[in-house]
Amino acid sequence: MSLKFRLASRNLFHDRLRFVATIVGIIFSIVLVTVQMGLYVGFRRMVTTMIDHSPAALWIMPVGTKCFEDPSLLDDRQRFRALAVNGVAEVAPLVIGYAQWRLPGGTTTPVFVVGSDLQQLGLPPWNVVAGRMDDLSVPGAVAIDGTYFQRLGVSGTGESAEIRDQKVQVVAVTKGIRSFTTTPYVFTDVDRARAYTGISPNKASYLLVRISPDADVNTVRRELRASLSDVEVLTASEFADRSRSFWLFGTGAGAALFAGALLGFIVGTVIVAQTLYSSTKDHLNEFATLRAIGSTGRYIYTVIIWQALTSAVIGFCGAGAIGAVVVRMTAESALPIVMPPALTCALFLLTVVMCVASAIAAIVQVMRIDPAMVFTR
Amino acid sequence: MTEPVLDAVDIVKFLGHGASQVQALKGVSLSLRGGELVLLMGPSGSGKTTLLSILGCLMTPASGIVRIRGQSVAGMDPEALAKLRRDHIGFIFQSYHLFPTLTAEDNVRLALDVRGERSRRAAKAARDVLATVGLAHKAKSFPSELSGGEQQRVAIARAIVGDAKAILADEPTGALDGKNGQAIMTLLAQIAKDQSRGVLVVTHDPRVIPFADRIVHIEDGKIVSEEAAVPSQRVSMS
Repeated sequence: MSLKFRLASRNLFHDRLRFVATIVGIIFSIVLVTVQMGLYVGFRRMVTTMIDHSPAALWIMPVGTKCFEDPSLLDDRQRFRALAVNGVAEVAPLVIGYAQWRLPGGTTTPVFVVGSDLQQLGLPPWNVVAGRMDDLSVPGAVAIDGTYFQRLGVSGTGESAEIRDQKVQVVAVTKGIRSFTTTPYVFTDVDRARAYTGISPNKASYLLVRISPDADVNTVRRELRASLSDVEVLTASEFADRSRSFWLFGTGAGAALFAGALLGFIVGTVIVAQTLYSSTKDHLNEFATLRAIGSTGRYIYTVIIWQALTSAVIGFCGAGAIGAVVVRMTAESALPIVMPPALTCALFLLTVVMCVASAIAAIVQVMRIDPAMVFTR
Repeated sequence: MTEPVLDAVDIVKFLGHGASQVQALKGVSLSLRGGELVLLMGPSGSGKTTLLSILGCLMTPASGIVRIRGQSVAGMDPEALAKLRRDHIGFIFQSYHLFPTLTAEDNVRLALDVRGERSRRAAKAARDVLATVGLAHKAKSFPSELSGGEQQRVAIARAIVGDAKAILADEPTGALDGKNGQAIMTLLAQIAKDQSRGVLVVTHDPRVIPFADRIVHIEDGKIVSEEAAVPSQRVSMS
C-alpha cells in the first residue's frame, strides 16, 4: 500500500482533539440531515397511506381535490354513470370527514372517519390485531388503532363511545394506522360514515373504481372523464402524487424539511472544511517537502482526500448508530422517521460528497505551496 | 573529468515585487560534476539559498539556463520539474524536514513511494540505505525518538535512496554539534566518491571545508571566487 494512505491516516489521528471535533461535526451534521430526510420520507409515506392501501385502480373525485383529506363532495349518482362505462367492473363510494368522538366521561375529541363498502371494493382497515373485520358490518361498529386508546378513552374491543350522538362500539383494533395530523382514524361502513360526518346519503367523498382485468386503465379513465361531469378521474399513483405535492410543497412542510437538511449539510461542510484546512496548514511544511522531493500534485491531493474520506466513513458510522436509535425511538410516533436502504446509501454518498467538498479549501491551499519554502523554514 | 550532473549558466533571479524587488542573482554560473563535493559559501543574503532553489528546480530563474544531466529545464511545467527532482535530485535540509508521523524507514521509503515504487523491494532498499548511513537499528523509530545527527542521517538516506545524481544540501550541519557535523560531512563525502554523483553543500560552517573538492564563494548575487581544495587540508576518505 502506498505511504500516502498511512501518511493521511496518521496526519488525521495525530491531533486527537481536532480529529474528535471533526468527527463530532460530521455526526452532528449527518444526524441532522438524517432526521430531516427521514421525516420527509416518513411524511411522504404517511400522507398517501390511505391511497396506497386502497385496491382501486381509479379514483373519481370532485374537481380541484388537493389531497385525500379534502372535504369536497360529489354526487353519488355519478356512480351509476361510471358503472355504464366499458371496462369498469365495480364502483364503490368512499366517505371521509371529521367528527367528534365523545368519550364515556363526556369529553370530546376530533376523529377522522373513513367509511367504505366493507364487503366489496372499499378501504377497510388493515393490520387488524384484535376483533374481527366481519363484525364491522354490525350497526354502530367501528375499528380504531390501538395507539389511540388513551385519546379515545377506550382500552380494547367491546368498549363504547358516541359520535354525533350515536353510539359506536369498537369491534376491531388495528396496529400502525396513524395519521400525520394526529387525528385518529375511525373505520366504519359507508352509510354510518355519512351519519357520523353529517354527509347526506346521496353524497360521497370519492368513488373508487375497479376495472376489468382485460381493460386498459388509460382508456377507461378517458371514457370516464367523457361521461362524467364536474369530476376528476385519477389513477391511484396520480392521486398519491397530488396528495404528496399538496402536503409537502403546498403547505411548505417539505420545504422546511429540505431547508433543515440543507442547513445540516452546510454546517457539516463548514466544520469539516475548517478542520481539514487547519490540519493542512499545520502540515504545510510536510506537503512542501513532498513537493520538493518530487511528488506529483495528485499524490498530495490524494493524501488530503483520503483524510476527508476516512473522516467521512468514521463520521457516517457514528451518525448511522445514532440515526438507528432515532429511527427506533420514533417508530411508534405520529410521524416516524423512516430510513429505507436507498436513503441510507444516499446519506453515505452525501457524507462523502460533503467531506470531499470540504477538502477543496485545503487542496487550494496546497496548490499554492512554494516548494522552495523548505529552505526557509 | 566526469560530465556535470547539474549546471547553471548566467542565472539571473529577482525576488519580491515593485519597489521591494531585489536582484538576488546577477548572472551566476555553476556546475556540479559527478564525484565531487562542492561547497557554496557566502554571507547571509548573498543568494546561496536562491541559487540552491534554482539548481534544485524548486524555483525558475528570470534568465539563464539550468541543465540536469545535460537536459535543459527551461519551459518545463511544475509537474515536469517535480519529475526531474524525484528522478535526479536529492535534498538535505538544515531542519531535516522528516515526517514526524512516519518511522525512519517510511521516511526513506517516501522518496521511492512518490516515484510509484511500492514493492517489497522498495522497503528493502530503504532498509539497506538506512544501514548504509548506520541506522539499521533505528528503522522503526520515529523522528522524535532520534537525535539530531540521526535525523540528518535519515534525511541523507532519503536523498540517496532513489539513486539521485545531484545531492543538494542546505546547511546540513547547521543544527548539529561538531561531532555529529563531522559525521554527516564524512557521510556526504563518501557519497561524493561515487563518480556518478555530485554533492553541493551550502554552508556557513568553516569546519566543513576539509571535506570539499571545490569551494565556491558567492556574494551579493555573484560568484566572487572558486577554488579547488588544498589536497593537504582534505580529509582522507579512503
